[in-house]
Amino acid sequence: MAGLELRGIRKDYGGTAVLKGIDLSIADGEFVVFVGPSGCGKSTLLRVIAGLETVTAGDIHIDGTEVTRTAASDRGLAMVFQSYALYPHMTVSQNMSFALENMGIAKAEISSRVDRAARMLRLTDYLQRKPAALSGGQRQRVAIGRAIVRDPKIFLFDEPLSNLDAELRVATRKELAALHAEIGGTMIYVTHDQVEAMTLADRIVVLNGGRIEQIGTPLDLYNRPANLFVAGFIGSPRMNLLPTELVRGEAAGDVTGRAATLGIRPEHVEPCQEAEADLTVRIDLVEQLGGETFLYATGPNDTPLTIRCDGQSRLVRGDLLPVRFSRDHLHRFDAAGLACRPEPLLARSHS
Amino acid sequence: MTGKLRHLLLARRGGASWHWTDVASYAYLALGVLLMFGPVLWLALSSFKTPAALLEFPPSLLPMAQSEVSVPGYPQPLPLFRVTMEDGSVRELAQVRRVGIIAQMVDPAAPGQTIRVPADRRTPVRHMALAVENYTDPLTQFDFLRFLRNSLVVTVVATIITLVINSMAAYALSVYEFRGKSLAMLGVIGTLMIPITIVLAPVYLVVTKLGFVDSLWAVILPGAATPTGVFLLRQYMLTIPRDLIEAARMDKASEWRIYARIVMPLSMPALAVLAIFSVMWRWNEFLWPLAVLTKTEVHTLPIALNAFQGELQTQWHYLLAMTVVTLLPVALVFAFLQRFITSGIANTGMK
Repeated sequence: MAGLELRGIRKDYGGTAVLKGIDLSIADGEFVVFVGPSGCGKSTLLRVIAGLETVTAGDIHIDGTEVTRTAASDRGLAMVFQSYALYPHMTVSQNMSFALENMGIAKAEISSRVDRAARMLRLTDYLQRKPAALSGGQRQRVAIGRAIVRDPKIFLFDEPLSNLDAELRVATRKELAALHAEIGGTMIYVTHDQVEAMTLADRIVVLNGGRIEQIGTPLDLYNRPANLFVAGFIGSPRMNLLPTELVRGEAAGDVTGRAATLGIRPEHVEPCQEAEADLTVRIDLVEQLGGETFLYATGPNDTPLTIRCDGQSRLVRGDLLPVRFSRDHLHRFDAAGLACRPEPLLARSHS
Repeated sequence: MTGKLRHLLLARRGGASWHWTDVASYAYLALGVLLMFGPVLWLALSSFKTPAALLEFPPSLLPMAQSEVSVPGYPQPLPLFRVTMEDGSVRELAQVRRVGIIAQMVDPAAPGQTIRVPADRRTPVRHMALAVENYTDPLTQFDFLRFLRNSLVVTVVATIITLVINSMAAYALSVYEFRGKSLAMLGVIGTLMIPITIVLAPVYLVVTKLGFVDSLWAVILPGAATPTGVFLLRQYMLTIPRDLIEAARMDKASEWRIYARIVMPLSMPALAVLAIFSVMWRWNEFLWPLAVLTKTEVHTLPIALNAFQGELQTQWHYLLAMTVVTLLPVALVFAFLQRFITSGIANTGMK
């Protein structure tokens, strides 16, 4: 098990810069998730760490040792691929023992490690099967098993759940979390699904356009997004972002005087009396989930607004609804999209 | 087994009756079978004919010979004919001699009396006779086994070398990224445009300088690396997911191990195709061995068969029989390897 340190990582393909200077330090035993939209460079960053891509500039340290020019096979990391990349001509047990054979480990030790991993992942009955005879979830577990048996310094996961159906994804997500708790290795996980990121991560690294937008614990990112991108990316349904001038009354007032955009999460918008309303919106769509209701509405200037209410709602499309924003949960962003800080209200609510 | 065969021969497009497309399909397939197997069948049947039967006109499909009968009073067996007598009755008579248009016949049952019959009134009595000596004579007199051994050595050794060398080249050209890769591929493909007749003399000189003339290596080595093989294998290897190779690198496999344990097993269908090609090329190769193998003891089968074809006369019966024997190994190799080809075709449907 080991920590990882990235310093000024840059990666160009021809003239295109994919990673534009990444500095990141990951502690031993941490579960870090790289999240971001497609093309943000998160997979490239993972491949750079794995050694499958060379860097254009910058250096990589694992456990204090520089490995920037070390071949992938000598870095001692294990990777679970999006496609699982199981060797189709080998049985499950051969798939899992391949790396151990390459490392020159004794046969008895190999079989005991494979057995242990198979028990952990409930694969014992499938050890003699070929990958083609397994279901998606089982293949997934074999791919994880192949990483576990090696006892690697760091586990790398490249969107490992994206080929599973929704139900299996939730189940496997839980298993991954349990696995991390059990073996406690350093894990780096790439996904574009922010629910996976929120549920699995000790820390989330939000990437966009080859840069790190923000690093922090899941709730940190949720409660204190550093900029508009993170505010919009983390949270589902996404945060409402409104131009400041649209909102009447004291909600718009901000201490710094720089705020150009106001952010408010759907659960912090409450229906209220006309007199105390910050905004009046027209309902476009009502999503009744039973336990909660999402109202999709339009404010002045066709600004969309999403509202989450507890329980069930009697509102229908076309209704006018005065709403009020919870003062403690307002996010303010300046013209450049950065959060306006210090922000006394937020700071108080989270201190 | 018979059920399967019945199904194969009587399959219809559906429904109880024969649709015209069924008839058309079977007619088309029958024509194909006739065109492809007709000559082979003709060859096989003719190889059992005596020299006289081969020259007979009109030719018969089956190997036939005229029946003979021993008649008391005549030292040699006499040929048997069916004769239409003047009274219209038909008798089987043995011919003693023929003078002009009159044949002197004798009844084997009553050898004392000679019967004179017009020559056009008799037809030979024939029975099927296999001229097995076409096969046995060359196998004893002609040193068939030595030539067979030479051909086997050339084919097996050359095919092994071809598979190893070509797959290595294909691996490099499909898996690695290096400067001049396309140029190298272009060079390999470019040599396809140079016919062997052009390079015959220069290659002969090289082989002479290396001291290979009149050794089997002179036939084995020059053709070991074939552009067709490199191209075929490279195209197939390009379809192997890169993830698998990267997964193997993460699994600490050396490049040799990736080649031997991952890429080679997965390229089995393409290797089988190349093996069939190589066996056919080497087994049937004529011009080049004829040029470099001057001593009889190193002749391969095609060169040895050439010996039956003299300047003045051709011993067709031996030539045909030995051609059949020469065909057999290739047919066997194909029968054994064709399941890999079909599995290769089936695999392309896999994700």
